[in-house]
Amino acid sequence: MSRILFAAGRVVDPNARTARRLDVLVEDGRIAAVGPRLGPVPGAERLDCRNCFVAPGFLDLHCHLREPGREEAETIASGARAALMSGFTQVCAMPNTDPPIDSEALVRFVSRRAEEAGFARVLPVGCCTKGRQGKELAEIGAMRSAGAVAFSDDGTWIEDAGLMRRVLEYAKTFDAVVMTHCELAALATGTANEGMVATRLGLRGSPWPAEAAAAARDVMLAELTGSRLHVCHVSCAATVDVIRWARARGVQVTAETCPHYLVLTDSALETFDSNLRVNPPLRTEADRRALLAAVADGTIDCLATDHAPHPAEAKAVEFDSAPPGIIGFETAFSLFYESLVLKKQVTLPGLVARLCAAPARVLNLPVPEIAEGAEANLVVIDPEAKWFFDRSRVLSLSRNSPFLGRTMHGRVRAVMLGTRLVSPLGA
Amino acid sequence: MNFPHRHLLGIEQLGREEIVTVLDLARKFREVLDRPIPVVPALRGKTVVNLFFEPSTRTATSFNLAAGRLSCHCVNFALAASSAKKGESLLDTCRNIEAMRVDGIVVRHPLAGAPHFLARHLKAFVVNAGDGCHEHPTQALLDAFTLRERFGDLPGLKVLIVGDVAHSRVARSSILCLTRLGAQVSVCGPPTLIPAGIEALGCDVFYRLDRILYEVNVVNMLRLQAERMVAGMLPSAREYRQLYGLTRERLAGLDPATVILHPGPVNWGVEMDYDVAELPQALIMNQVKNGVAVRMAVLYLLAGGQEEAA
Repeated sequence: MSRILFAAGRVVDPNARTARRLDVLVEDGRIAAVGPRLGPVPGAERLDCRNCFVAPGFLDLHCHLREPGREEAETIASGARAALMSGFTQVCAMPNTDPPIDSEALVRFVSRRAEEAGFARVLPVGCCTKGRQGKELAEIGAMRSAGAVAFSDDGTWIEDAGLMRRVLEYAKTFDAVVMTHCELAALATGTANEGMVATRLGLRGSPWPAEAAAAARDVMLAELTGSRLHVCHVSCAATVDVIRWARARGVQVTAETCPHYLVLTDSALETFDSNLRVNPPLRTEADRRALLAAVADGTIDCLATDHAPHPAEAKAVEFDSAPPGIIGFETAFSLFYESLVLKKQVTLPGLVARLCAAPARVLNLPVPEIAEGAEANLVVIDPEAKWFFDRSRVLSLSRNSPFLGRTMHGRVRAVMLGTRLVSPLGA
Repeated sequence: MNFPHRHLLGIEQLGREEIVTVLDLARKFREVLDRPIPVVPALRGKTVVNLFFEPSTRTATSFNLAAGRLSCHCVNFALAASSAKKGESLLDTCRNIEAMRVDGIVVRHPLAGAPHFLARHLKAFVVNAGDGCHEHPTQALLDAFTLRERFGDLPGLKVLIVGDVAHSRVARSSILCLTRLGAQVSVCGPPTLIPAGIEALGCDVFYRLDRILYEVNVVNMLRLQAERMVAGMLPSAREYRQLYGLTRERLAGLDPATVILHPGPVNWGVEMDYDVAELPQALIMNQVKNGVAVRMAVLYLLAGGQEEAA
């Protein structure tokens, strides 16, 4: 029998958003006991968590694992490993692979690969439309029964409003959320946020209405159809207003933002570093502040990585030629911790809630709990830790991060999922 | 000499003093160009490569001549960016060229930031000869040189840049260069061709040419690309000429002391009527001539030439 005692950590309850100093005993992959001072447990490995928080494992609603099709950038196994080591015990794999995940067989392929790998649990997201072409409904029902947790044509917006309406209506039968990548192609013609910085750097600009107007259409369709909508990677203030407006009207809408939008603005583009090319583009300081406020007040209820690996050769090109995307697992917790907790926007239990409980609710999955009888699914967070993010800390197959060379605050010290215990930094 | 830079990527990186250093040195080289044998041995033994991913006649030739007049070896390398895209990456191309032992690379590229990207990865010095809609520093320097030649000092000088500012690297570099030298710069064009936030570079914006044209000392007319009509940014070249062209009618009202510049090549009958070519205040050919001197100064400063040899 394997026994591990997580001793004297502050155990986070993401529903109540509180933390209490408790011992947690895990036996054979299940939580055997939770309580103050469980005392010496014979035969148990003891992990001193006195300066740490113990929280349910994180659930990432948005990542790209690139398999099938782009295995040189990432595989399901490498991505799931990077996720688990970074505190994400469950990740939603976006379906914009090659071929796109638009059938029952492909959904099963993703699940099987992830099971074989045995790291983080991979929750497949299926395409809304066949081939992700935005023309015909995909077999949402069949994919749902094969295990798809949500549906999305992420990477592109479903331009045809009539089709999007049918996607939302149809997904309702299976109680599946539709995740929308909001981007009006006719406006989003650039690689940077339209404005002063793009003008000065001579980069083609994409203005904020490209995102906000797309979001406005989709929340209206969600209201019309009574379906559940999730807005991916919110990057600008106007989209926050759209979501707020929709909530006030009772629309079932949830939303996520990503670390880079909370930490960086378009002013970082001065260097033309292609690792800063991301879609939607980095926006202005006013947008960044609006996003922080929206995360704090719950308008943006979820935090996701949009982990988007690209091999070195794809990014070693001119800014405009580089594919958009930033790897996200390794740095996500620290960047959220720095921008939200250290900047007093949310508490640490509040951050955990946005990383596990709220995303689970989006998918209608049970919220992982640290309670007797539950499966072990937990992370140990060291809020005092400082660490340096260099290439040796990259867990993904790709290294496209603008945060390389940055000192990070707060880190995930250990992760336990089932019987598997991992320590990300080898600590 | 006050020029602490390894590369010339843009005017953005240059302070006033450094701009003046280039322009003062260019004046010396301008004298060289008037000698019976317009060559000095300043960069003997050095090699630069002209790497042009966009078609160019005058800029490539100008750099080529500038290098030659400094006794610097110059190799021309013209590539279509599209074919380069299919095969070799920009970085691979440049690493291969660098491996053949060159001291500097003069690069023109359709994408903003390409020279900055190369400067980060190469040991050779990099001169930006135009990157996308970003910068074209030597053009801005030769414009400033030409204006100094005519007006002496630039503080207080009123300069108007007219046309497709959105897609113009000349406009961006010129605004930065001239404002740093103390001139007062305005831009004028249709709102579809004026980029968001351009005022932040330190210029005023006008949408009606006739409201500002007659109040300036210098008018710099930009080239209008036919693609802008195709992209639906303008209804027609005809309407553009009427609203923003330096037409015969407008020339009639223009003070003969007002200097006319154009970065070339001119679309006669669109941004300017052909009558301009005959006007003594049109300094377009002076710009071209001065371009060689300015580029000599730039190559000299970056390649580490011998002062006495100049």
